[in-house]
Amino acid sequence: MIYDVKYETMSRADMQKLQLARFQKIVNYAYNNIAFYKNKYDAAGFKPEDLNTLDDIRRIPFVTKKDLRDNYPYGLLAVPKESLLRIHASSGTSGKPTVVCYTKNDMEVWTECCARICAAAGITAKDTVQISFGYGLFTGALGMHQGLERVGAAVIPASSGNTERQVILLKDLAATGLVATPSYALYIAEMLEKLGYDIKDFNLKWGLFGSEASTQEMHNELRKRLNIETTDNYGLSEIIGPGVSGECLMHVGMHINEDHFYPEVLDSVTFEPVEESTPGELVLTTLTKDGMPMIRYMTKDITSLDYSPCSCGRTTVRMQRVTGRTDDMLIIRGVNVFPSQVESVLLAMPEIGGQYEMIVTRENYLDKLEIRVEVLDGNLLTDYANLLKLRDKVKQRIKVVLQIDADIKLVEPLTLKRFEGKSKRVTDLRNLK
Amino acid sequence: MLVNQIAVFLENRSGRICEFAKVLKDANINIQTMNIADTAEYGILRAITSDNQKAIQVLKENGFNTAASDLIGFKVADKPGEMYKVLRMFEDENINISYLYSYAEIGSKQACILLKVDCPETAIKLLTKNNVEGI
Repeated sequence: MIYDVKYETMSRADMQKLQLARFQKIVNYAYNNIAFYKNKYDAAGFKPEDLNTLDDIRRIPFVTKKDLRDNYPYGLLAVPKESLLRIHASSGTSGKPTVVCYTKNDMEVWTECCARICAAAGITAKDTVQISFGYGLFTGALGMHQGLERVGAAVIPASSGNTERQVILLKDLAATGLVATPSYALYIAEMLEKLGYDIKDFNLKWGLFGSEASTQEMHNELRKRLNIETTDNYGLSEIIGPGVSGECLMHVGMHINEDHFYPEVLDSVTFEPVEESTPGELVLTTLTKDGMPMIRYMTKDITSLDYSPCSCGRTTVRMQRVTGRTDDMLIIRGVNVFPSQVESVLLAMPEIGGQYEMIVTRENYLDKLEIRVEVLDGNLLTDYANLLKLRDKVKQRIKVVLQIDADIKLVEPLTLKRFEGKSKRVTDLRNLK
Repeated sequence: MLVNQIAVFLENRSGRICEFAKVLKDANINIQTMNIADTAEYGILRAITSDNQKAIQVLKENGFNTAASDLIGFKVADKPGEMYKVLRMFEDENINISYLYSYAEIGSKQACILLKVDCPETAIKLLTKNNVEGI
């Protein structure tokens, strides 16, 4: 089902006209209401009135995650704090999260966009959908929650964890849909089998997966194990959260809600647009958000665009599954993790060295992070318990910053690899590509 | 009654204890006692050598994390019940033992006990009061 026929099936010419009008409006709005944009544009010699065609967008300076951090927490707001309706955050470096704010209008846009994603993925008012994303500051759970309610589906806000109970809820409440990370959905599937259940006794039909990179193989496995139709969706909190794009049942890429989010795919070296269907870095502009507009935000995600109309009837541009990143960000259990975050924790602890290694694996379909650190402090050697205390202290500090558990492995001094040039701190053994 | 020992952080991987012994051999240092417990990923090797200060220096030069610390050392008769007697004393005074190792030369009538407690002064007083012979 197409949730919003007017916008999702608009002709290319009409869409471009709408996008240009909205782009001009948001650039003016940001320039006049947010000092950050005014300063940035003045410094770059860009004036809002220079934007006369969609091609002129290229002259607008980019916004990066660093800008969000530098303006923490409210520096990028275009409205008084009093007019906000919701605040979310994602993990950031040095323990400071990246904060994103929503006005009433933004909440409406977000809900509408998530509703479109849910409808495209097969969900109707008749469905009962379990959300197994962690509820909280993370945008995934609440965004999908709003979208599902908007299409009229019943929501089971199971949150993540307690996998045995997840299975029981799915079965006893006769859920027809599941929202989760693909890796957690596979873990649920495995738990279901382990508990001796047969998938034939479940009513599951739809799996809506997002918030981490996945592969076709993963989806095939989920379809087989859970006997469902699966779709991917994409979003990021800086832009809005889930709702940026989602796959329809034709499985030919994720339809971008481009009347709200203007996509560009650029060469990651020259920052010039690449040809259609060529991979590059995704840059997004929020065309309608009024709380915290993001203009030319560099997502660092690598994808490609396809503008040909889809056989589902939608004409909106489709992006392929994200195949990688242009920076060193990892997504572990749906959480954004930068090696620099780990480094800042470790460097603040004199008992251990500044060298470290991160090893990411997937066990039981769940991501695991191991961090190896060198023990330098000889005073710890009086008691074995000191080493255990050190390990727990590192683990706890990492958890505060990353919001995920890591296994900490203490190793001898000078045993971790040293690098002369760019260091390679991360070994990702998950085989996502 | 205080005996100086060295402690070395060792990862549980093949060849590490051998490497430790080689470093001391090359520096012509004799190992008098050595003790290591089995642990999963890493452990602490403890030893008393003919020259602990020099041992620490050469071990550090070879990349080991090592430090010196003091133990309480004393002798008991090498016969049934002697260990119990001492441990009973500690227990009655609520002295907590972190770890302990002991050695007895074959044919000798005495055994040497080395241990680490959370309050060494109290332990030494207790042992002295009970006429336990220190090392």
